[in-house]
Amino acid sequence: MLKFIIKRLAVAVPTLLVLITISFFLMQAAPGSPFTGERNLPPEILKNIEAKYNLDKPVWQQYFLYLGNLAKGDLGPSFKYRDYTVNDLLEQSFPVSLKIGAIAFIFTVIIGVSIGTIAALKQNTILDYIIMALAMTGVVLPSFVIAPLLVMIFSITLQWLPAGGWNEGTWEYLILPVTAMAIMYMASIARIQRSSMIEVLNSNYIRTARAKGLPWRTIILRHSLRPSLLPVVSYLGPAFVGIITGSVVVETVFGLPGIGQHFVNGALNRDYSLVLGLTIIIGSLTILFTAIVDILYAVIDPKIRYQ
Amino acid sequence: MKKLFVGLALATAVSALLPVQAAQVPAGVTLAKEQVFHRGIGSEPASIDPQKVEGSPGGFIVKDLFEGLVSQDADGNTIPGIAKSWNVSDDGKVYTFHLRKSSWSNGDPLTAHDFVYAFQRAVDPVTASKYAWFMQIPGIVNADAVIDGEMPPSTLGVKATDDYTFQVTLENPVPYFPKLLAHYTTFPTPKKVVEKYGDDWTRPDNIVSNGAYKLSGWVVNEKLTAKRNPFYWNNDKTVVEEVNYLPIPSATSELNRYKAGELDMTATIPLDHFKKLQKEIPKEVTITPLISTYYYSFNTKKKPFDDVRVRKALSYAINRDAITKYITGQGQKPAYSFTPSSINGFVKPDLAWEKMSQKEREKEAAKLLKQVGYSKSNPLKVELLYNTSESHKKVAIAISQMWKQALGVEVTLRNEEWKTFLDTRREGNFDVTRAGWTGDYNEASTMLSLWTSESSLNDAKWTNKEYDKLLETASSTIDEGKRGLIYEKAEQIFSSEMPAAPIYQYVTSRLVKPYVGGYPMNNPEDNVYSRDIYIIKH
Repeated sequence: MLKFIIKRLAVAVPTLLVLITISFFLMQAAPGSPFTGERNLPPEILKNIEAKYNLDKPVWQQYFLYLGNLAKGDLGPSFKYRDYTVNDLLEQSFPVSLKIGAIAFIFTVIIGVSIGTIAALKQNTILDYIIMALAMTGVVLPSFVIAPLLVMIFSITLQWLPAGGWNEGTWEYLILPVTAMAIMYMASIARIQRSSMIEVLNSNYIRTARAKGLPWRTIILRHSLRPSLLPVVSYLGPAFVGIITGSVVVETVFGLPGIGQHFVNGALNRDYSLVLGLTIIIGSLTILFTAIVDILYAVIDPKIRYQ
Repeated sequence: MKKLFVGLALATAVSALLPVQAAQVPAGVTLAKEQVFHRGIGSEPASIDPQKVEGSPGGFIVKDLFEGLVSQDADGNTIPGIAKSWNVSDDGKVYTFHLRKSSWSNGDPLTAHDFVYAFQRAVDPVTASKYAWFMQIPGIVNADAVIDGEMPPSTLGVKATDDYTFQVTLENPVPYFPKLLAHYTTFPTPKKVVEKYGDDWTRPDNIVSNGAYKLSGWVVNEKLTAKRNPFYWNNDKTVVEEVNYLPIPSATSELNRYKAGELDMTATIPLDHFKKLQKEIPKEVTITPLISTYYYSFNTKKKPFDDVRVRKALSYAINRDAITKYITGQGQKPAYSFTPSSINGFVKPDLAWEKMSQKEREKEAAKLLKQVGYSKSNPLKVELLYNTSESHKKVAIAISQMWKQALGVEVTLRNEEWKTFLDTRREGNFDVTRAGWTGDYNEASTMLSLWTSESSLNDAKWTNKEYDKLLETASSTIDEGKRGLIYEKAEQIFSSEMPAAPIYQYVTSRLVKPYVGGYPMNNPEDNVYSRDIYIIKH
């Protein structure tokens, strides 16, 4: 097991380096610079600004300078937000996305798995149809429809909840964004869980268990739930990274100071260092969670462990 | 002997009589108990450091936190700020500002040395200010050399003759120099604090400012909060206790927050909601003229757009009334001259083509194009470049239709993402391109200097010696009336050469709650100082 984990992590470092390299040069290749605007800057002023950010040096030199600073944990200054470094910006925004994402994730998993299981157990009954109809609606309704809809109902018409803002993450500011985020993933999870549960319930060993006269509860909780979770877990790895690194749409609609907003603005502003910083964070998290999923697989399914 | 500037002296004298700067609550108005003002600022400010800030979101905040030598009243007129009064030497080159006794928000006295520091800091290559050119416009002595790194910042033509007298020396007389000083780049910065904290000096815990407010909180992409600065010289006349600035880039989200009562004033109004809002809440929809023009530039270095007849034909065939009425529809004005009429002291020239009816213009356009050899059977082909946006697209489609109908021109539309578009435009890779320009100060040269041969903003690459000369003369013509005449002539040349087709004059449209008092309905630079605002009981 330990060897398995070490092997997984050893692959992560070169993967990340490749990611950084590609992103770095792609960013440089994009037309436009962080300092172009409606006003073309006079050349002598542009020269001063480029010198400040090392952009006057050859690209390869910039690349190694960046890697050198990165090794010290320094992601560089933001090119757009001149009062901040990328480290400052990420320190402020990542906890926000993480908090909303983590809460949404917990709800998503608990509710998604539960209703998926219920639908599978009551297969082809009215309850199943209702749950699946709702799940389908959740899957097809994009968050840029759900989020403004929630605002319209709960903030503008009923005036129960704030239409946006963060306010240091107090609960009333969390409800709508968490709901908007959870709905998307919850629906997918419920669907995956339902079909996987049905498959398990139809398998031979469950039939054997029923023939032996085991109580229904034991069969479900002990023998079916665990194997049926496998597809959900493999879906959850990437989903978890997506959910905690902030939904661009949800953050924009609710005006949340998370990293999703930085991603969009960073790309539009050609804020090279900010985009690279975000790429590194999200890249690392993706690699980490794919590894965790693999490990979880091994925990859930002994077959994988022994291979 | 120094000559006191008549116009400015008058302004100073008048301002001494009227309390123009500060919230003026009319008699009979009951103020709300809680004086908190929530304003939408569009997007996250690039900075709140006076010498590093750019763009209006940061501008709104910096103008509340800091105060320069001069300020503006609700109509955009220049009024005294930290400088009580000023005078100019006989040759018009040396400006002397007499500062009032005032303090920084930590109680330290604010002196002329703070202004010396700020001006030097703006041109210092180490600061790498994007607005360093603001010191080049009036030609402050040695500004160019300092920016170029040839001379140290200490050689800039500014000095403190004593603690409360600040002197600026210009290369040439620039009569509108004081008007430029309402711009944030010229605001004072606290040397001690900047040196102590470096780039972190603008954080709420570190910042020291001299304006009506002091920053107390800042969450990037959520909000900035400022509280009243008890040390502000005119604090007695300030009403609003706390200002919250909310950066909400999506206009629709901003509107929702406004409707939910979380904003008292928006930064903008989404285009497709405008008409509906005007019907539902007409009193909350405000429209203010802006020193800003929407235009299409022609590539004068590329055939056939090097031919003035082609440029004129395309410009004449644009039905500006139809565009402002049906496409933009937020009170924008059709533009025929490049300088908007809202600019201070600008007399709109009599342009022959403006007086024609649209039918006549189209007829003239067809005639011109025919002279060049284009007709419906041999149509002119134009590629129209614009940056990706719903509203620019609507205008582009409408104009290409107008060109097609009136002249048989075949138009290809090309849209590019903002930064890519800027590159393409700067490299001259276009036939006709969209552009927009917002003036930096309230004087016609802020618009017209764009079209001089040396201007880095002249994307049409148009050159005209007479035009260059006129602008040079204007910049040192002290008499405002005479200067106006020169600008009028420059506009005539612009019209007869048509390097670009002005389309409309921008406006600022935003929603303001009825209980917000003191909103400046007529400031063409969109300077909304929170110190002038008061919240009425509601």
